[in-house]
Amino acid sequence: MTTTSTMTPATPGSRRIDPPAAVARTTPHSSVRETWVQTLAMAWRALKKMRRKPEQFFDVLIQPLLFTAMFAFIFGGAISGSVSDYLPVLIPGILAQTALTVCMATGVQLREDMDKGVFDRFKSLPIARIAPLAGPMIADLIRYGIASVLTLATGLAIGYRPGGGVLGSVGGIALTVFAGWSLAWIFTWLGTMARSAQSVQGISMMIMFPLTFLSNAFVPAETLPGWLEAFVKVNPVSHVVSAVRDLLNDGAVTAEVGWAVVGCAVVVAIFAPLAVRSYSRKM
Amino acid sequence: MADLNAVRADNLVKDFGDFRAVDGIDLHVRQGEIFGVLGPNGAGKTTTLRMLATLLPIDDGHAEIFGVDVRREPHRIRQLVGVTGQYASVDEDLTARENLWLFARLQGLPGSRARTIAGDLLERFGLQEAADRPLSQFSGGMRRRLDLASSLITRPPLIFLDEPTTGLDPRTRGQMWDTIRELVTDGSTILLTTQYLDEADQLADRVAVIDRGRKVAEDTPDALKSQVGDSTLQLNLADGSDTALAANVVRRLLGEDPVLTPESGRMNVPLPDPDRAADVLIGLREAGLGISSVSVAKPTLDEVFLALTGHGADDESQMEAAR
Repeated sequence: MTTTSTMTPATPGSRRIDPPAAVARTTPHSSVRETWVQTLAMAWRALKKMRRKPEQFFDVLIQPLLFTAMFAFIFGGAISGSVSDYLPVLIPGILAQTALTVCMATGVQLREDMDKGVFDRFKSLPIARIAPLAGPMIADLIRYGIASVLTLATGLAIGYRPGGGVLGSVGGIALTVFAGWSLAWIFTWLGTMARSAQSVQGISMMIMFPLTFLSNAFVPAETLPGWLEAFVKVNPVSHVVSAVRDLLNDGAVTAEVGWAVVGCAVVVAIFAPLAVRSYSRKM
Repeated sequence: MADLNAVRADNLVKDFGDFRAVDGIDLHVRQGEIFGVLGPNGAGKTTTLRMLATLLPIDDGHAEIFGVDVRREPHRIRQLVGVTGQYASVDEDLTARENLWLFARLQGLPGSRARTIAGDLLERFGLQEAADRPLSQFSGGMRRRLDLASSLITRPPLIFLDEPTTGLDPRTRGQMWDTIRELVTDGSTILLTTQYLDEADQLADRVAVIDRGRKVAEDTPDALKSQVGDSTLQLNLADGSDTALAANVVRRLLGEDPVLTPESGRMNVPLPDPDRAADVLIGLREAGLGISSVSVAKPTLDEVFLALTGHGADDESQMEAAR
């Protein structure tokens, strides 16, 4: 059979379209339930894309393996005296860094995606403006999960023994995933603002490097010059790192954990509305 | 309520920086008709459509679709309008079936219903065999069909088609035209843009001609054509370099300027009366100018366009920027 398409209107239940009835059926906004269904549909789309383009997973697979081992063996002796003494300091730091890298990719991918024709359709459909942004972020939870678990597994393989035990480890990973997801809203916002995927990449790098390296992720803050120490102490990444350390190493839900969760929630509360606003304005 | 306009747009304006892409356009589209917006690249057709579809903010003017204010209630408008773009707006990374399923779910159809509708539309548009193949293997025509199918999931009463056949081969184009006609028999209203004059002629009940962001005419295709003359004498000269001489002969005999295409030695002569064709042919013979082919045709919208705007339909691509 060739492409003989007759296109006869085999419309199911071929009733004629009635415009006044269609107008009467319209609603002024998507309800909360509709928004949730739309967000899940967009998450499904993102998952399909992930499965078809496994190269997307390079960053979440390679970075945890490479960086954990590299940093441990290079800096271990210099900073903590030995590799095994450095691991309790390093692993939570690498976890935070990995989460940040992954959420950077969220912004870049969103920008790339938005340049495609299909976003025109998403905009022309009666869907809540947050759904195309939140959907991929739900799918990204898988990426954070893989990256965190792999980092911890690499740590275990080179001799890290978390003092917090299984519960502490699960808590630490959960916090990392939540922090990554929250911070991703910043990069999503950037993605809706910037002109191209490359510029998102560039700006995100400029944000990510100072945030991770000017924190207590790899070195104790007390060893830094005073002015730098002051910055490191207010850097939100430091709080996440300290909180993850408390959970992993001591299995303790400390005030630091509370602050990290509150901080992340504040980031979402600020950047999610900004991202939605900038997205609905664009194009 | 019965004679409520499908689209009622008054004095629409859109600026892109210093460039006024749409400069006070009025469009009144009646229910159940195919309304064509005709103009060259960059005339402001797509911009107008995008404003009406809530894809671009309206800078000035007022627009209603079935009585719903476009600026104030965009979410309602999106429930009433199906948009098919100039470039197929479907997801390249999904299969045809997945695309339709996704768009159905996004519009609130339950999963099982979404699956049924996707299957029905694939069948209706002759895509069932390619339904589960990646879109990268789709031809331009198949993509366009999928795109149109995606706009029909909720059977919207108004359908926007932005240059639905640009880049399609003649056979696929004909199929698309048939599909568009069928939509109207279902009760939909269609607003389409095109730069193909014969497309507007073939499909549209009424046509608005747009040039440089302004509407220069609006009427039925036949009425527009009658503004140019009843018919056209189409001549191909044996020697292309003779066109200027031949044009002089026509001017002397009929007092009208022919439309010339010197590269191909073609000349279109508007005829107030088909009988005058013989005069032109005799005049050319007397001037010693050879003819390779000749025919008398009803006027095309190309000529209408030239007559209305004073310039051809395709010499304006420098104003492409209007997206």
